[in-house]
Amino acid sequence: MLATITARLAQMVFVMFGISVLVFLIFFATPGSDPAARIAGRNAAPETVEQIRQEFGFDRALPVQYAIMMKRLFITRDLTSFVNRGQKVIPQVLDAVPATLSLVAGAAVLWVLGSLFVGVVAAAMRDTVVDRGLMILSLIGISMPVFWLGEVMNLMSQSRFHDTWLFSWVPGLGYVPLSESLGGWFKALVIPWITLAILYIGIYGRILRANLIEAYSEDYIRTARAKGLSPTRIMLRHALSTSLLPFVTMFGLDFGALVGGAALLTEVVFGLNGVGRLTFHALQNLDLPVILATVIYASFFVVAANAIVDMLYAVIDPRVRK
Amino acid sequence: MSVQIDNSQPAPLPLAAGTARGPWATAVRRLMRNRSAVASVLALLMVALLTLLAPLYASYLGVDPFRSNLRGTIEIAGEAVPVMQQSTSGLGLGVTPIGPTWSPGGYMLGADNQGRDVAARLLYGGRNSLYIATAATLICLVLATLIGLVAGFMGGVVDMVLSRILDVLWAFPVYLLAISLSIVLLTSTIDLGLFTITAGSLALPIFIIGIIYVPYVARPVRARVLTLRQSEFVLAAVGLGLPTHRILRRDILPNLMPTIIVFVPILLALAIVTESALSYLSIGVQPPDASWGTIIQDGQTLLYSRPIVALAPGIAIVITVLALNVLGDAVRDSLDPRGQVP
Amino acid sequence: MSLLDVQNLRVSFTSEAGPVTAVHDVSFRVDAGEVLGIVGESGSGKTLSLLSVLGLVDKRVATVTGQAMFRGQSLLDLPDREMRRIRGRDIALISQDPMTALTPVHTIGAQIVEQIHAHERVSRAAARARAVALLADVRIPSPEKALDRYPHELSGGMRQRAVIAMALSCNPALVVADEPTTALDTTVQAQVLDLLRALRQSHGSSVVLITHDMGVVAEMADRVAVMYAGRVVETGPVANVFNQPWHPYTWGLLASIPPLTGARQGRLYSIPGMPPAPGTLLPGCAYVARCPAAMAVCHTPPPEQGNGAHRAFCFLDASQRAAARQKVGALT
Repeated sequence: MLATITARLAQMVFVMFGISVLVFLIFFATPGSDPAARIAGRNAAPETVEQIRQEFGFDRALPVQYAIMMKRLFITRDLTSFVNRGQKVIPQVLDAVPATLSLVAGAAVLWVLGSLFVGVVAAAMRDTVVDRGLMILSLIGISMPVFWLGEVMNLMSQSRFHDTWLFSWVPGLGYVPLSESLGGWFKALVIPWITLAILYIGIYGRILRANLIEAYSEDYIRTARAKGLSPTRIMLRHALSTSLLPFVTMFGLDFGALVGGAALLTEVVFGLNGVGRLTFHALQNLDLPVILATVIYASFFVVAANAIVDMLYAVIDPRVRK
Repeated sequence: MSVQIDNSQPAPLPLAAGTARGPWATAVRRLMRNRSAVASVLALLMVALLTLLAPLYASYLGVDPFRSNLRGTIEIAGEAVPVMQQSTSGLGLGVTPIGPTWSPGGYMLGADNQGRDVAARLLYGGRNSLYIATAATLICLVLATLIGLVAGFMGGVVDMVLSRILDVLWAFPVYLLAISLSIVLLTSTIDLGLFTITAGSLALPIFIIGIIYVPYVARPVRARVLTLRQSEFVLAAVGLGLPTHRILRRDILPNLMPTIIVFVPILLALAIVTESALSYLSIGVQPPDASWGTIIQDGQTLLYSRPIVALAPGIAIVITVLALNVLGDAVRDSLDPRGQVP
Repeated sequence: MSLLDVQNLRVSFTSEAGPVTAVHDVSFRVDAGEVLGIVGESGSGKTLSLLSVLGLVDKRVATVTGQAMFRGQSLLDLPDREMRRIRGRDIALISQDPMTALTPVHTIGAQIVEQIHAHERVSRAAARARAVALLADVRIPSPEKALDRYPHELSGGMRQRAVIAMALSCNPALVVADEPTTALDTTVQAQVLDLLRALRQSHGSSVVLITHDMGVVAEMADRVAVMYAGRVVETGPVANVFNQPWHPYTWGLLASIPPLTGARQGRLYSIPGMPPAPGTLLPGCAYVARCPAAMAVCHTPPPEQGNGAHRAFCFLDASQRAAARQKVGALT
């Protein structure tokens, strides 16, 4: 048991190391431009550029540069942004986490409930109008680019129908911290939650339906029916419990990726200052220190989610337990 | 009743209806029976056709959809109407482009903030979006198949190294990687010796989108190759001492095709959406080129006053991606060896 | 009155090429306390017949007609809600493959208790106690511990016993055992059959034993129905059918069993040819293509020979049988 945990941790560290190297190479080693100029940001004075070149050791070998960057990021923790002069990078990232977490957690609740409903109902009423309708809706849900859907939602809730009872409560775009006002926090997030959830309900609903239908052709379902159990019980206790296993794994991975900043399009469209938006602005401004921090933060979550999901699988699937 | 025992041969039974078919023919036949699949193929063909005819439409209209037309006028019901009109909403300042005329004769979907014909731009944008998606899909499939084949078939250290690389690549949230690469490569010119990719070229999004989805395809391909490698007919071929390339070509690749084919519509759909996201963020297709994503970006400032500019390309994307998803499902079902319940 | 009386059961499926009939006018009956063996090749329709009677086929793709009377109640007309009460409580099914018959994510105990609670109002403790007793009856070692085990933690033979225990949990009047030993090793097979026999005595249930193994039938069954291509071709008391079989297919089945005594065979006998594919139109006897005694008239529907307990669907009458049987491999 201890051996597997250690092996897993080692693998996590390896992957994160790999990602940090990848990011480093992308931004420092791409042929055709000067990393020092990039870090200094646009319109920097030549003296600043030279200073940066020396500080980060761009005149030294690549592995040394990498080591210096990592040291400043993790050990001395004094990596500062060069676009927002002097602002420390790590606190910036940490400040952005609540917004992302709020967005993703709320959307996750919606999408889990929604996809369970869609998957179970569609599988139970297979090949009826209800099933086909739900599947078409799911397909449409996954065919809409999330940023476009967000724009459409904004169009309706901020402009066209803003004056009707339907959307009059919707505040302007932006994030309201929970500490400031619970009602404000909630109202500002409802539309973003729905937007993000629609895509995932489409994905998960379809997968759950497919898994359930496959489970239904298994022998143990026939045994359950031969036992005289009610269809509801068969669906929920026998078909769903086996189908939930892949569902949970996927959920863990997606949740991890979203918390890490994969929700950036939604954050940008709705003006929520979360990690995703921070990453995007940093990328736009070529604010390298912030980029490094956010990307490593993101990869940490993805990798951690992977590991947690693997371990969770061992807990919830008795076949894997030893 | 007394019956004579007849020693002659019994008459043969009538054959069961239908004759044997190869697996590909069966799959195609099933696909053609699927009405929604046929509908989506037709829809896709129509979209492709319309976008390919973009230059024709532009010349028919007599406009250049890439040139600003702020002071232009068009004729509606015999009267010349300026393309950019005084705003009536908000503070009444500034100009608003005209809305859809719904006549194919000109400005069918109205104008954008540069006075350009949205409908014509939509068609041109579609060309680019579809072109990028197709090329990226091709690159991705070729690369992923190669990597999956090599990793799965050779195993050992090669497999371990390749799998680790794929893991690291895939651990990067896909969009973040795409955005990072786009931003970096946009500000530099890549000189690969054989050819150069300039910053504004379409090859950039093609290349980036093609690469980032490689792990998505390569891992299932590798898994399938691993299974095939252990299958009896491959073991037999290896035991017979057949050369590797022959085994790969005659035994493994044909059985890999269903796995790969299923990815075609999926990847196309993913590529279209990814390209539109990148272009929306202004790091995909660069002006003066247009794509559905850039048009959505164009429409952002006009979202509340002239929403059609942002809505139309989105709807185009939804239709295309929806058709691709439906087709993808149908292809997967028709290739499924387990088949449907008789 | 018989416990289960099935008359003219017909099951057809919708397919791309039109309706395919898999079970043609099958009739059989099971009396209280007896074991009926249903024997035939894979695809002969034996499992399907019983599943249709129990209402376990997908009604959307299968059409089931005919009559199935259980204790005077017509099963095929029953609404699903009523059928559920009979399933598991009055009629139990032991399905073929113990490896996949149990839900992998619930313990054995949970699944047995679930069945008890579905039909009877007993406390959890009482249900658990009964489950322990059942597991002990089927000779699973350490039954209290076995209750909390998951299916994958048991071997195939143990799993099959657990499935049997579960089937008997509500003391059904009729147990349908679908190839209960096919997926098991021979040594385990013998144990399971012994178990079934013992349980039959102790619980007093009737058994429908579906199998393709003539040896199992000879050992366990009181009466036997031989099925071929979705039809019953011969039925009767086991002694009669085995000692004086009437139908050429039965001859073939018996000839395929290597004899324990006598001269050693040069070659193992097998019936030449293949069963007809489902959906093949057969105006007459289904066995005509493989029957060594086939005649021109066999292309018309065969009459029923015999009117007592022993019956067969064949054109051959008593006088022609001996000669016809000579044509079949080694005479047993």
